[in-house]
Amino acid sequence: MVAVENLVKRFGDFAAVDNVTFDVKPGEIFGFLGPNGAGKSTTIRILCGLLAPTSGRAVVGNFEVGRQSEQIKQTIGYMSQKFSLYDDLKVEENIDFFAGIYGVPKERRAERKEYVLKMAGILEKRGELTGMLAGGWKQRLALGCAILHQPPILFLDEPTSGVDPIARRGFWDLIYELSDAGNTIMVTTHYMEEAEYCHRLALMYRGKLVALGTPKELKREMDVKTMEEVFIQKIEEEEARLA
Amino acid sequence: MNYRRTKAMARKEFLHIVRDPRSLAMALAVPMMMLLLFSYALSLDVDRIPTIVYDQDGSPQSRDVTARFTGSRYFNVIALARGYKEVERAIDQGECIVAIVFPSDFSNRLRASKPTSVQILLDGTDSNTASIAMAYAESIIGGYSMELVHRTPPVEARIRVWYNTDLKSRNFIIPGLVAVILMIIASLLTSLTIAREWENGTMEQLLSTPLRPVEIVTGKLAAFFILGVADSIISIVSAVFVFDVPLRGNIVFLGVTTGIFLVGVLSWGLLISSVAKTQLMAYQMGLLSSFLPGFLLSGFIYSIDNMPVVIQVITHIVPARYFVTMLKAIFLKGVGLEVLWGELLFLLAYAAIVATLATRTLKKKVA
Repeated sequence: MVAVENLVKRFGDFAAVDNVTFDVKPGEIFGFLGPNGAGKSTTIRILCGLLAPTSGRAVVGNFEVGRQSEQIKQTIGYMSQKFSLYDDLKVEENIDFFAGIYGVPKERRAERKEYVLKMAGILEKRGELTGMLAGGWKQRLALGCAILHQPPILFLDEPTSGVDPIARRGFWDLIYELSDAGNTIMVTTHYMEEAEYCHRLALMYRGKLVALGTPKELKREMDVKTMEEVFIQKIEEEEARLA
Repeated sequence: MNYRRTKAMARKEFLHIVRDPRSLAMALAVPMMMLLLFSYALSLDVDRIPTIVYDQDGSPQSRDVTARFTGSRYFNVIALARGYKEVERAIDQGECIVAIVFPSDFSNRLRASKPTSVQILLDGTDSNTASIAMAYAESIIGGYSMELVHRTPPVEARIRVWYNTDLKSRNFIIPGLVAVILMIIASLLTSLTIAREWENGTMEQLLSTPLRPVEIVTGKLAAFFILGVADSIISIVSAVFVFDVPLRGNIVFLGVTTGIFLVGVLSWGLLISSVAKTQLMAYQMGLLSSFLPGFLLSGFIYSIDNMPVVIQVITHIVPARYFVTMLKAIFLKGVGLEVLWGELLFLLAYAAIVATLATRTLKKKVA
């Protein structure tokens, strides 16, 4: 569903994404793990058409990044770490707005709105101002708004930052539901326990992809018990290689 | 451009406006406040000039001249001085702007058919008022002396003022003021709106959707256009009904012209907003680029013909310049397209160019 080949993004001399290659299968939950500034968000933003790559190739759905961005935007849902909703709009008004700009057909709007309200558990809060919602609800609403048009591919950039652990767990249940329904999901995180929930993981460090595999494979390869140990060992290896 | 996406954008933008009652009240109250303030403060009429008379002669002739000043609506004789000290004091303290001094031999010399003079002292601090007062005084004295020379009254100029019969400066200021107010309000209204979306991170979200820059710009323009129209109606209605400015032109033409001007200045605000990185910067740029050209380069008070050539050239890119001309002409002269098509064409071109630039700037920011 997503194929990335030798992707590079430079800001001046700094390579934010340094020759990254991977691909994501349909229905997969593909995790991007790495410290802040590792290049996870930059990679996702390139795939969403928000940034132009310096070189390399990327295909999202059946469309080429940089050349078919219009088609890509119809195919994807994007949720950024800021839960980019309008706080001064009511819950319903946010949903109506995103349904409008995603071009959800008129006859399906009511049904999609009910689905999102139910999925986010805010059926009775539909008339409230979005700014008054607690973090967890806002996060689910942001996810809901990003999938109103039922995109086959979903990009989630640190979707669980700033949310309490219970809400975080509930959010992952939603991600599994979407994955079971056949959606492909790419998610960035720096929570180790969330890394375990992913089908496959890419470890990023300083713009480079330093490890790729299922959580089980990665742990077996490094002969450790937790993802945290995988993470630390890989980064130490990389530091040693660079030094 | 997709109609449904643009409509969703316009609707959302309109909700932002409605949900922020303080800004909304500001947007609607400011034009009214500015109209009130400026129309009273900015009166350029010079009449009832406070005047002091020092008559050292005390003859029927000097009293006759004084009576002509008293009888004129331009002068208000508020004191009779008994010496130069009092004249000086009155002018120094700003009680009087003009002093008229008759020499003690005024009537004697007149009777002997010898040349004589009346001294007019002027407070030149306000050069505009002083020069107008000077001209009035000269014409009164001149008229008196002509009558003395020819026993019969001299030829009189029969003056008829067109378009602003009473020469009320308010009639000429207010239509221009409406133009300037709309320019300032409209560009400030939109100057924050894109910068805010960048700051809140919602712009990134919008750009990840099928929504296109041209739809973002059009949607925002549509919502703020409604507010701009409300402001225009408030300004024009108060000009006509509160300030009694005659509206002689065609209302439909006035409406169309105002609409085109609004699109241009609202787009200017959007352009600023997509160039600026922060709301603060956008606001300052908006203020600077609307207030200064609006007041100084639009010809609304300061006549463009009297400006240095370089500045005159610059005024040609200020949309308010054309709109001020048009409003004055529509209000006072009652003319329409047959005279004002050039100005209208400029406003159309300005709106099209600036709106396109705003869209382009937004597009470039994506990569």
